[in-house]
Amino acid sequence: MKTARAEKTINTAKPGRRGRAFSTYMHRYGTLYLLLALPVTFFIIFRYIPMAYILMAFKKNNIILPPWQVDWAKNNGFEWFIKAFKDKLFRRALGNTVTLNLLDLVCGFPAPIIMALLLNELAFKRFKKFTQTVLYLPHFLSWIIIASLALRLLADNDGLINIFYKQMKGDPNAVLPFLSKEKWWIGSYIALGIWKEAGWGTIIYLAALTSISPELYEAAAVDGAGRFRRIWHVTLPGLRPTIIVLLIMRLGYILGSEFDRPLALTNNLVTNVSTVLSIYIYQKGIKGGSQFSLTTAVGLFQSVVGVLFLFGANFLAKRFGERGIM
Amino acid sequence: MIKSKSTRIGDIVVVALCLILIFVCLVPMLNVLARSLSSTEYLIRNEVLLWPKGFNFNAYKTVLGRPAYVHSLWYTALLTVGCTLLSLFMTVICAYPLTYDQLKGGKFINGFILFTMYFSAGMIPHYVMLSSMNMLETVWVLVIPSCLSVYNMIIMRSSFYGIPESLREAAEIDGAGPIRTLVQIYLPLSKPVLATLALFYAVGRWNGFSDALLYIKTNRDLYPIQLYLYNILTNASSGEAAAQEGFTMPGLSETLKMASVMFATVPILLVYPWLQRYFVAGVTIGAVKG
Repeated sequence: MKTARAEKTINTAKPGRRGRAFSTYMHRYGTLYLLLALPVTFFIIFRYIPMAYILMAFKKNNIILPPWQVDWAKNNGFEWFIKAFKDKLFRRALGNTVTLNLLDLVCGFPAPIIMALLLNELAFKRFKKFTQTVLYLPHFLSWIIIASLALRLLADNDGLINIFYKQMKGDPNAVLPFLSKEKWWIGSYIALGIWKEAGWGTIIYLAALTSISPELYEAAAVDGAGRFRRIWHVTLPGLRPTIIVLLIMRLGYILGSEFDRPLALTNNLVTNVSTVLSIYIYQKGIKGGSQFSLTTAVGLFQSVVGVLFLFGANFLAKRFGERGIM
Repeated sequence: MIKSKSTRIGDIVVVALCLILIFVCLVPMLNVLARSLSSTEYLIRNEVLLWPKGFNFNAYKTVLGRPAYVHSLWYTALLTVGCTLLSLFMTVICAYPLTYDQLKGGKFINGFILFTMYFSAGMIPHYVMLSSMNMLETVWVLVIPSCLSVYNMIIMRSSFYGIPESLREAAEIDGAGPIRTLVQIYLPLSKPVLATLALFYAVGRWNGFSDALLYIKTNRDLYPIQLYLYNILTNASSGEAAAQEGFTMPGLSETLKMASVMFATVPILLVYPWLQRYFVAGVTIGAVKG
């Protein structure tokens, strides 16, 4: 009733109609703007103002003055981008980032799908729930903790697996160099990533599975489809939209680089393959060197390429008739 | 229902595979637990696998006797509680107004916020800006810049969207303003999602160390537990830092390290299984509406 009357007043009032409407509107919804004020301020100060400092990428390196008071860098301001691409360390970090992310995509992306299919086939409710609880556990461990677990498990001399391996071979010098040889380390890095996140990743797929109509399974059973044919013809098609959306987000991340994970897992023997872009930026910019301009340029390159990939993948998904994410 | 023989064999295979997965998930944790409870001589001889040998709690007692470690634990616990409460508050007051379709400029503000999820200024601009605000080396640098996550805000908003609009209209007719509607109707109906987000924020803060590593260099009192562990455990910096914390004796240091790891892990492991039902729903909402 009250709403209807209020609308009527707005519609019929002639003198100062817009003003009255505005004051009614503010009277009713003004509090909402007050609520939003704090979060919006937060985003302006801690997300948008840092974007102004991206200007550093185009200015001379200066660690004291704010970038708007510094002269432009050489080569029309693109000095640092050119320098970065001439830097062997940067090119290596770029290569490592792409390599590790691609391997993560190829090995890590299917893992939760396969696990979800497995859990879905589990007939016992209680055991299923227990399995899920255990599989979610690694997600809640920090990379620091996981690095120390990995060391206990995979270290050359006193790692659990190598202790067994030595006993099996009967040779105290036999060793599987999980963390000390570059190629092996890459494998361990990918495997630990799967170990941490695959279980957690099943949540989304399991939720998507509940929306598949049981009638489809019954129909398939009537037609004589076995377990694998049911998975192939009913379950997987039901997961398709979810798979596509998650794949887009992963593709958008192809040049992104985690920080905690490589930092915690790396060691002195494998820095050639473990230094990704975020670590490169950290080492050159903050840990030592204070090369703010160079590292800001690298970070900007990373962000822009990331956004382009995200839009590209989203565009492709829509082209193929999927929903996309934007 | 009668099952065919092949179905039953299939079920057994599935259970066996799941048991393998459970084993793979738990082995590293069990190994660390066993090592933390064993006595040093067995550790040096590499005899501890999944069951402790020379069972004792000495490592735990020693670790709890170290003021620096206990300080770090308490401090991180307080930090986690404070950050979680602040983050929940910020998330709610950000998500709630955006659920009003009538809100003028709501679409714009929404886009303004979502943009930050796709494009970030990067590590160095954030560092330089925080430095120019004199926030480095203070506790605030661990609290404020990470106090609102867009992803969690979307989960909160989706949950609010799920509440029937008629409830809000009814409250408005009864004369309740937006804030009263929020407190008396929306929040009580969103308890599961609030619990989920509290878990996400708390785990993020408890496990987070990269912000402390970047922004706090000299003030060791402000190291959260994970950064403290990083300094003890990693090869890179172990020498100096471990010596400072008294972790250098071989063998002995091993059980101490493992006990420290257990202390930093157990709080989360005690909490998350109870919230499983809720966070499963939370993750699903976030993925669908994201």
